[in-house]
Amino acid sequence: MIKTSNKIEWEELEDLLVDITDIYGYDFSQYSKASLQRRILSFYLKGRFSSYADFRNKLFSDAYYFMYFVEEVTVNVTEMFRDPAFYKCLREKILPVLSTYPFIRIWHAGCSTGEEVYSMAILLKEANVLHKSLLYATDINPTVIETAKTGLFKASAMQQYSENYINSGGQKDFSTYYTANYNLAKFNEEFSSRMVFSTHNLVSDSSFNEFQLILCRNVLIYFEKKLQSRVLELFDKSLDTLGFLALGNKESIKFSSIAPLYIPFNSKEKIWRKIK
Amino acid sequence: MAQDKIALVMIGGSSGSLDAILKIFPKVNAHFSTPVIVVMHRNIASDSMLEEVLSFRTHLKVKEAEEKETISPGHMYIAPPDYHLLIEKDRTLSLDYSEKINFSRPSIDISFESAADIYGASLVCIVLSGANADGAKGAAYANKLGSKIIIQDPLTAIVPFMPEQAIEHTSKNNVLSIEGIVSFLNGL
Repeated sequence: MIKTSNKIEWEELEDLLVDITDIYGYDFSQYSKASLQRRILSFYLKGRFSSYADFRNKLFSDAYYFMYFVEEVTVNVTEMFRDPAFYKCLREKILPVLSTYPFIRIWHAGCSTGEEVYSMAILLKEANVLHKSLLYATDINPTVIETAKTGLFKASAMQQYSENYINSGGQKDFSTYYTANYNLAKFNEEFSSRMVFSTHNLVSDSSFNEFQLILCRNVLIYFEKKLQSRVLELFDKSLDTLGFLALGNKESIKFSSIAPLYIPFNSKEKIWRKIK
Repeated sequence: MAQDKIALVMIGGSSGSLDAILKIFPKVNAHFSTPVIVVMHRNIASDSMLEEVLSFRTHLKVKEAEEKETISPGHMYIAPPDYHLLIEKDRTLSLDYSEKINFSRPSIDISFESAADIYGASLVCIVLSGANADGAKGAAYANKLGSKIIIQDPLTAIVPFMPEQAIEHTSKNNVLSIEGIVSFLNGL
């Protein structure tokens, strides 16, 4: 049982994860435990349950509550043009290559609420290739996918996003890409019309298409090594030869089984190119 | 009292803490090899020199903490800017890009708590100079799990607020000057 010291023991965590897999089919057993444990604990404390057993009962008897749990324990922090230097590299080095293709397919794996997908769509539009591009955006979490589909973001974040956009080499007036209404900014439908949203679980789902660019930034850090390898192999299966793979600032394909098939394209921005 | 051998030194600090670290580590003996993890709030734009600056002041191998890396003796790991740093049960490092805590990422509280979960009484947390309360909650948590808490004497800190907060939140702590921290580390 849980102790009053507000701590979920490792054994309790492991039991919980096994039961979640059995009952709901979501397998978190290969997630990095330190972060997962912290988030589950803070979810449990926020719920003000009278006991840990009560929390388990609620979680396993109420599927809606479980989806809320998934939403809260997975990390959904994101922003538009996050790491502007990364987007500058996409804009200046990668899009000129992709533009030579008759059709461009891009996969954002772990897209969260979609900020990075809309950022990419803006880059594609400015390169005059949005009309021949399709952006597939997936996440484990159905709630964030619903948010991403709406193209609605907090108006209060636009100033920061506009700065990021300019630092990424953007030269247009960023505010022409959305309509601000009260506290929300709605991005123009020309962007969302080129996007396909779907839930996809990197733990259990398979490859569903071939892409010239796959972005999966700050997702692998939450996975243990074995799961990282599985996901990288899944990306490899989903990537055309000469396609690009972009990971988060602190993530790498180094030491993975797919490493020999790739060359670094931009080491600082964590972009690799598939050569075999 | 039987003392657990210290297996990990966690250092948390904000404004003014680099100055303290640069004073402490040149005086640490060459036989000191306990792994050290530094969680410091820093400006993303101006951070690229930090590892280099530190590596001139210590015999420990200074490097940015990488995810899944095993904590090894003789190393000083620096938490990368804009990520939380946690420790797994197998004593490897984990990074996390979740919400800022008290406007901080990395959060010293998160790292102290996570390290205490794994190391308990074989952990020492050192709180240095800083302008916010980050670290105090984590030090209190680690304190309860038996970790040793060392706090830079606020009188010697460039910005005393962070050590003051840590003193207020911990029941058992050692408030030490720079020299005191040096001799503590040399005694490990």
